[in-house]
Amino acid sequence: MTRLLEGVPRRGLWLLAALLALLAVFPLFASGYLLAVGFLILYFAYVGQAWNVMMGFAGQLSLGHSLYVGLGAYAAAALYVHFGLSPWIGLGASVALCALAGAAIGFFAFRFGVAGVYFAILTIAFAEFARIGFDHLPWVRGSSGLFLPVANYTENDLWNLRGSPRMFYYLMLALTAGAFVLCHALLRSRMGYYWLAIRESPEAAQALGVNVFRYKMYAVVISAAMTSLAGVMFAFYYNNLFPEQIFNISRSIELILGPIIGGIGTLAGPIVGAFLLTGLAEGLRELMLQLGIDVPGVKQVFYGLCLLLVIMFLPDGVWPPLAKKLGLHR
Amino acid sequence: MATPGEEAGAASVSRLELSGVSKSFRGLKAVSGASFDVTAGGICALIGPNGAGKTTIFNVIAGVYAPDEGEVRFDGRAIHGLRPDQVCAAGIGRTFQTVKPFAGLSVIENVMVGALQRERDVVAARRLAAGIVERLGLGAKSGLPASSLTLPDRKRLEVARALATQPQLLLLDEVMAGLRPTECDQIIAVFRELNRAEGLTILLIEHVMRAVMALAQHIVVLHHGEVIARGAPDEVVRDPAVLESYLGEDTEI
Repeated sequence: MTRLLEGVPRRGLWLLAALLALLAVFPLFASGYLLAVGFLILYFAYVGQAWNVMMGFAGQLSLGHSLYVGLGAYAAAALYVHFGLSPWIGLGASVALCALAGAAIGFFAFRFGVAGVYFAILTIAFAEFARIGFDHLPWVRGSSGLFLPVANYTENDLWNLRGSPRMFYYLMLALTAGAFVLCHALLRSRMGYYWLAIRESPEAAQALGVNVFRYKMYAVVISAAMTSLAGVMFAFYYNNLFPEQIFNISRSIELILGPIIGGIGTLAGPIVGAFLLTGLAEGLRELMLQLGIDVPGVKQVFYGLCLLLVIMFLPDGVWPPLAKKLGLHR
Repeated sequence: MATPGEEAGAASVSRLELSGVSKSFRGLKAVSGASFDVTAGGICALIGPNGAGKTTIFNVIAGVYAPDEGEVRFDGRAIHGLRPDQVCAAGIGRTFQTVKPFAGLSVIENVMVGALQRERDVVAARRLAAGIVERLGLGAKSGLPASSLTLPDRKRLEVARALATQPQLLLLDEVMAGLRPTECDQIIAVFRELNRAEGLTILLIEHVMRAVMALAQHIVVLHHGEVIARGAPDEVVRDPAVLESYLGEDTEI
């Protein structure tokens, strides 16, 4: 524990504690709508963090992370719907399934030297396979969608994840905080250094004794397993799953925008990015609603604009320069 | 049974042995039937004109390419066909002719990646790396990103990273190129010290004859992928074949 905190700027710890406290008391004051936005922000912060393990740390671009969200969601939801199995047990299946899927994709790609853009295309392909496959899978009701029995909001059943948005918000907060600590620890481990080395130069890493294949596999498997938990949360929060939606490539793109805008490869980047993007997009939507302007797709345009601005003016993302301003730079 | 005679023999045993190594690229024979060995604790230079196959030989030793024919033995163990990371684990460190720093990482972090090969604990690896960074004269730049280094410093970083893997054999691919004479002398002193104090065996590719003559106890000359001469430096530089193909008739060393 003390080792985990070593070298972390004290100001950063205070800032983190303040943010955590703020997020913890937020539901006490927030309206239903704001709570939903809060959940969404935390959700994107979490999946962004998970994706960042692969891309930000190990340098492997995945454009198909909706695969792991979807598989995770479907596994836990189907086990619950069919066998009444608690999602806490079901998530074991989700994690295992996604780790396996990640391992299979990683194995095929890395064994046969599929790298860079080609690897990214491969990840899209697997997500698309899943989308089409699940559309025709009767066990999960195919394209007509899998529905979970809708929760009774008056009391929280934590064991079956049936309950109020507030419960989901706190669960998502715990997941996001957990992922942050995990990634912090990973980044300071031998594996973390090896990932960064592979990201910067696979040849040099290998010459220094790094088993590049193995460490790339670890990155994919860990990232996939982490992402699957977001899928479980998604399933039990929204209560309905459609292959067309959950495996859609736009979902994969949506979840990588946060870390790109926040700062790829940084720990705070995915969180900052999620706050900025989701927070501002929802704010914009609300503002336009108040003004009585109805433009479909305004969120996507907004995302595009944010991406454009960040790529043009802050190619490392918002967080690195912000960290410097806050005096958090090493 | 270890007899005193055997121990005396062990002093001049080969650390690295290449026998009949060939490697072609799409029909172009880059290395053909190259054989030489590097004595344990010695410093050997591999010289020859551009395109002679020096870097290809390095890449074969380091596991980047498997040889088409021939064997590479390290301390008697066949290492051809191993992956680069396995070759590194076996005890061979290498630098790249075109430097490949981990640009986004700091100098010390670059060296730590090498240090983590033998020292699994991150804190201990950082300590080990710090010592090596200091030794190569990069101490003041330890916290800077590698991308901010000048070329001579990047070459030093290459060496520091390779040394951090604590090799028995160090392969140096033109680390003196682009260095000023004084910088050259500094780094020569470091290699001499490593060789003398720690018994590090060194095989270097070098065009800077000043460095070759100052360091090498043994020279191997490569031309068109073939070994055309090998021996002590003063013999090799007088060899007519070497003069004709590489050094030139009126070279002054």
